[in-house]
Order: sequence, then structure tokens, then C-alpha cells
Amino acid sequence: MADNLLEIDNLSVDFQLPNGTVSAVKDVSFSIQPGETLALVGESGSGKSVSSTAAMRLLPELARTSGAIRFKGEDLLSATPKRMRRIRGNAISMIFQEPMTSLNPLQRIGRQIAEVLEKHLGLNGRQARPKVIELLEQVGIPEPSRRIDSYPYELSGGQRQRVMIAMALACEPELLIADEPTTALDVTVQAQILALLKDLQARYGMAILFITHDLGIVRHFADRVCVMRHGELVESGTTGEVFGNPRHAYTRMLIDADPHGRKAPVDTTMPMLLEAKDLRVRFALKKRLFRASEYFEAVRGIDLSIRRGQTVGIVGESGSGKSTLGRALLRLLKSRGEIRFDGSDIAALDTGSMRPLRSRMQVVFQDPFGSLSPRMTVGEVISEGLRVHHPEFNRRQREAQVIEALEEVALDPAMRNRYPHEFSGGQRQRIAIARALVLKPEFLLLDEPTSALDRSVQVTVIDLLRNLQQKHDLTYLFISHDLSVVRALADTVLVMKEGQVVEQGTTEEIFAQPRERYTQELMRAAFVDDAA
Amino acid sequence: MTTDTTSYSGHKLPPGSPNPPAEPDPVAGESLGQDAWRRLKQNKAAMVSLILLVLISAVCVAGPYLLPWGLAEVDWNAFSVAPTLENGHFLGTDANGRDLLTRTLYGGRVSLSVALVATFVSLVIGVLYGAISGYVGGRVDNLMMRFVDIMYSLPFMFLVILLMVVFGRNIFLIYAAIGAVEWLDMARIVRGQTLALKQREFIEAAHALGVRDRKIVTRHLIPNAIGPVIIYVTLTVPKVILLESFLSFLGLGVQEPLTSWGVLISAGTDMMQSAPWLLLVPSLFLAVTLFCLNFLGDGLRDALDPKTR
Repeated sequence: MADNLLEIDNLSVDFQLPNGTVSAVKDVSFSIQPGETLALVGESGSGKSVSSTAAMRLLPELARTSGAIRFKGEDLLSATPKRMRRIRGNAISMIFQEPMTSLNPLQRIGRQIAEVLEKHLGLNGRQARPKVIELLEQVGIPEPSRRIDSYPYELSGGQRQRVMIAMALACEPELLIADEPTTALDVTVQAQILALLKDLQARYGMAILFITHDLGIVRHFADRVCVMRHGELVESGTTGEVFGNPRHAYTRMLIDADPHGRKAPVDTTMPMLLEAKDLRVRFALKKRLFRASEYFEAVRGIDLSIRRGQTVGIVGESGSGKSTLGRALLRLLKSRGEIRFDGSDIAALDTGSMRPLRSRMQVVFQDPFGSLSPRMTVGEVISEGLRVHHPEFNRRQREAQVIEALEEVALDPAMRNRYPHEFSGGQRQRIAIARALVLKPEFLLLDEPTSALDRSVQVTVIDLLRNLQQKHDLTYLFISHDLSVVRALADTVLVMKEGQVVEQGTTEEIFAQPRERYTQELMRAAFVDDAA
Repeated sequence: MTTDTTSYSGHKLPPGSPNPPAEPDPVAGESLGQDAWRRLKQNKAAMVSLILLVLISAVCVAGPYLLPWGLAEVDWNAFSVAPTLENGHFLGTDANGRDLLTRTLYGGRVSLSVALVATFVSLVIGVLYGAISGYVGGRVDNLMMRFVDIMYSLPFMFLVILLMVVFGRNIFLIYAAIGAVEWLDMARIVRGQTLALKQREFIEAAHALGVRDRKIVTRHLIPNAIGPVIIYVTLTVPKVILLESFLSFLGLGVQEPLTSWGVLISAGTDMMQSAPWLLLVPSLFLAVTLFCLNFLGDGLRDALDPKTR
């Protein structure tokens, strides 16, 4: 097959670690034709990033690679380092997931793009400048001749990713490897970046190797799909085939992994559990010696009410103030306005009077890696709240409660003496839920509890949350940017933008007939209509 | 969100990776302390260092009682004698005919105790001060750190001389003076760590649980800042030993006939060509001690980090 642009043949990658060998990729073969888009799909740990990094020969020292990687017939695995440097960024280039960290923060963006041109095309700084401006214009950066002298911190996440794309396109590569290029971005920005990539692909005729875990994107974006799992290629075919008639059970599970079901409605005569009126939160921007002179208002006068047993979903993009709102409701942040919990005003309570209420209102955070102290065992993490709220318990009673809580979240109680880093993301999120549940709360703030998890794990966590709600009659405030998850869990939805509620209503109403333009835009960008 | 890109960076293994073979029954309960001790025992370099340190300390404490020579006892038959087995001066004598081994062991008592006490003082004050300053933040943090700045700007010698004038000459003053200066760096390091840790979600989760501030500092902040603290302690010990010898050299520290490793080394440097053993013997003791402390520090840091097990 001489017309293949990139051909990967029986590629295996092993990592030789001090405590044994881990095979990340096992006997994977696929190829890309010029100008096509191939999506490499899989969950974390499936080896999809490792395969593409191997193609660029950018793997760490301890990796052992076997098989063959041919680019236009040339074997890349045996190419000299000098030859590889010529290929990288020139014939094959790459864009990464984290636009926030993949640019050098101390260099102007123009300089960083020009570096590629100087390296591969031999231009000098002055010759490169008009070319850089042209590239910035092509990737849709407004006012490119002014922006060329910006530093990365002056740009938004989406703009930074555009700069990365400009850098990757500088030498008109034949193959672009895009490793989760939109995962860290908001849905509306994600849609723009994908449209940009499609447009540029048509213009330059380059092939794209698109690595992602998000099947919604793949369906709209790729010509062909390869599904990977535990380092093996389980299925490949055209996008139509794979989505229309998935042969492998794992593929079916992935496609099916969108959260299903709706929440049963709650009796409208149930009493209000949590109410907020005209809630405002502001942060000091510039601090003088004694008091701040400028403020940023993150939450601007929000009214909210949640009945017992209800789930209220809060939807919004990053910076919309949704997490700030949640923290303010739990009195983890200073706020102004009224907060009533179970009928009594808690907005003005001091730390001491607030403490007894803490066991009734609990929280689960987004980051399963950051929300558990790495130096405490799981048992210590879960029992900490008991030490505060039930000092009368002895060690055995605490232990019994911890075991009960772990069983509740379907984890083996025998694991309670292990440390958090020994658990996977989904398991850690269960531990975080157990920490909240052990206090038998009535209200649970769920701040993006599923966003950092793989789709298949997400579904199990959502099921768990749903069962727990029924069993213990819990009330949830569910914060998420993921519309499909909110739809599966919430009774009513609030759409937030810039600290204000743009639209609110029952889940049915919002998803069936979004009234505001912003909500419609969100829905369209998230591919919600056809994914379910 | 996937984390493939970090999953092969070394410490975090993909699921299904083999566990370290030495792992005991994971189900058995173990406190962090027991756990750390077990892991420390597996680290050969750290254990050898620990045994050597105990040995050196024991010899410094007990040795002088077993040797026939006194600290200031002059052997009129042996001035500047090289190490020998014949006359009982196993490591030779100095220009005044005093036994070098005896003096080195006496010096070790002073050096090791200064190191121990001053480091301990700086550790306790520095960690608490830094953790509180960073955790409380805002104006309190500002005031506390400005106080540290003021302490920094006071000349060290001035402080020592002031203490001398007020309290008279006393070896405990050296401890106090060195401790009073060394905790400043520690406080800054711990404050920096605390500021970063404070943003983490597990601290916020502790707030949501209603955990008291005091407990958050002692149970969540300090244990998680321990890595850099231990590294810094292993750097502080040699610094303190050298600082003491500097003070002694200026006549502000220990006084003849009492001695310390630092004093012996600086005396030995003067006689380097005619009597090299006067430099080599105390230097060797100091070097071995410092090496051991470094290995032990590394071992402790790893042992206290559950991730390395």
C-alpha cells in the first residue's frame, strides 16, 4: 500500500518500570491516507496517546518499541535523531490537550510561531513576521498584527489553542496529530476549534490523526475510526460502519455510554430545603495595604430554591460562576444575600454555629485526584467527618460507619487502609461520595463530580448517585458543563452565564425548547440532540 | 478527560500494572508512622546511615569515658604525633600534646547537640509559623512575614553579641542564636507550600466537613508539606554545624579547652602541611555524619510519601 501516508504496523510499546514491565500498546496496526481524518478513540489508559507519541518518536527513555512506523514509506523507528527533528513540526506536527501549558508563558506568541518557521524554512525574524500574521489570521485570531506581540496569558484558552494550531500549520504539514485538542475547552469553543480544523484541512489537504475519548466529536468529525482498549485495537472501520453497526462489545458500550434515563419528578408540595435570594459573591482584584480597591463580581444576584428530594442542575461554561455559587451556598465563601437552609437563615452564622449544620449539607468535588489528602488512608479520610460531628464514637463505631459507607458506594471495605493514589479516578470519586455520605446529609452539592471521569465510569457514578438519592431521600445541587449528564439527573435546570441566570425551567422544557440564544448555542455545540 | 499523557511518567501506573513485590497484606491496618518505618527499613542506604549515625553519637557520648586521656590533658612526651598504636594516641596528638581522638569525640558532642537542638528549634518554630501564616493568609500573613523580613535584616553577629552581652557567655546561647535565625528559612518554605496546598480541594472538603482550623493545619497541611521540609532539614544540619564553628572561630562560640568539629577543622587547616591528620580526622567525622544525614533524609522523605510504596 504505497499510497498510505502513515502506516503503523504491529506496533508494541512497553514501559520498563522499576517494578515490572507495563505494555501500553500491543500489536496495533493502522494507516492513514493523505487528506483523511482518522480518529483514535479510547478511554484513559487505552494507549491511544502512546501510539501517536511513538509515531513522533517522543516517548520517554524507558519505552521499548517494536513493530514498524512508516511515513511515506520511510521507517521512522530507525530514522536518525537529526532526520526526526526535520520531520517533526515540518511534515508531521502535533497539537496537545492543554493550551494553558503548551505555550511558553514568557515569550510573545509571534516569537513562538516564528521559531518553527526559522527552524524548518530557514527564514529570519523579519521575513517570518508577515507569514506569522497570515497564519494567525487563518486560525481566526482577531487583529493578528496586534496579537502577534501578545503573551500567552493575554489570550483565552480557545485562542491559545488557535495559536498552537497556527504553530502546527506553519510548515504546511502533511499529517497533523491532534491529541485531545478540545478536551480542556468549553463546548462552544470546542465547536469553533473543530470547525477551524475542518476548514484548514480542506484548504491544506492534510491528514489528521485525531485522538479523543469523546465519541460525539468523532461522529461529526472523522472519516474513519479506530477504537482502542487496554493497548489493543478492538475495532476499526469507517465512521458510519462503527457507529451504525458496532461489532465489538466494547465499542457498543462506549457508544451506549451516554447517561440514560430521567429523574422521577418530585411532589411539588415537598418543603423547600435550600433557598437563596439575591446571592452575590465578589472577589478582590487589586489589593491595597488595608482594603481592596477593585472587585470582580462572580455571582450577581441569584435566586434559587430547591425542594426536598429534588435535583437542581446548574449548567454553564467555565467562568460562569457556577462553582462559586455552589461554594457560597455551603458558606465556604463569603457572600451577600439570603441563604435559608431548612427554613432558617444561615447566611450570617459564624463558623461555630455553622458547624452542626455541616453534617447535613455535604459536597463532592470535581477532581478525584485533588479532593483526597494523599497522606491519609481512605478510612481516615472517610472517618474525619465523624470525628468532628460524633466525637462520642469510639474507634470501633467509627470503623463500622466507614465500612457501611464504603459498601454503600460499592467499594470493598477491606480497602480502607489503602492510600488514595492506589485507586482509579472513578473509585476515588466513590470515596469522596462515601466521605460525604457517612455523615448522613440531607443536601449534597455535586460540583462536576463526573467531569474528570471516563464515559463508561461516568455512567456508573451517575447510577450510584441516582440510587443513593432514592434510598436516602437526598437533595442534590448538580453543577456541570455536561448537558447530557444534567439531563439524566436533574428536575430543574439553571443556565448560568457571567454570574447570572440566563434561563431556568424544568429539564424537559430547557432541553426541548431552549428559549435563550445562549442555551441554544450550548445545546448545538454539545451535540446533545443526536447523541441521545 | 483522559490522563494518558501522565500515566507513563513514572509514578502513576496504568491500571493493572504489577504492584511492588514487597507489599504486605494491603488489608491490614497500619498507621502512617508504622508504614513509613517499614518502608524506611527497606531502604538500605538509609538504614546503614541510621546505624552509623547512632554509632557515631554513641561513641561521642561514651568514648571519652573509655579513653585514658582527658580533654585538656597534655602528654608531655607526645607533641604533634602522627596516628599510631604505640603510645595510646590512636589518632595522634595536636601541637599541644592533646589526644586528637578524645578531642574529636568531645567536639562531636558539641557539634551534634548544636545541630540537633538548633535544627529541632528551627523545625518546630518554622513549620508552625509558616503553616499558620500561609493558612490564615491576608493581613495576618502580611504581618507575620514582615516580621520574618525584619529578623532577616538584623545582622546575625549583632544578634549573637547582643545575647552575649545580656546573658553572658554560655553554650546554650549558641543554640538559641542559631535556632533563632534558622527558622526563618523554614517558615518561608512551609508558607509557600501551604499557600499552594490551601487551594487543593481536600482542604476545601475539610472545611465543608466542619473540621477546625487547628486540625486542618496539623492533619492536612503539615503532613503534606513534609517532603520539602525534610530536604531542608538535611541542609540545615551541616549549615548549623558550620555556623557554630564560625562563631567559635570568632571567639563567640565554645571556648578552649572545649572544642567542636568546626573548631578542630579550622585549627587543623593551619597545620595542614606539617600534621595533616589534625584536619583529616575531624573532617572525616563531619563528612560521614553529613552523608548519613543526607541519605537518611532522602529515605525519610520517600518513606513518608505513601505514593512510593
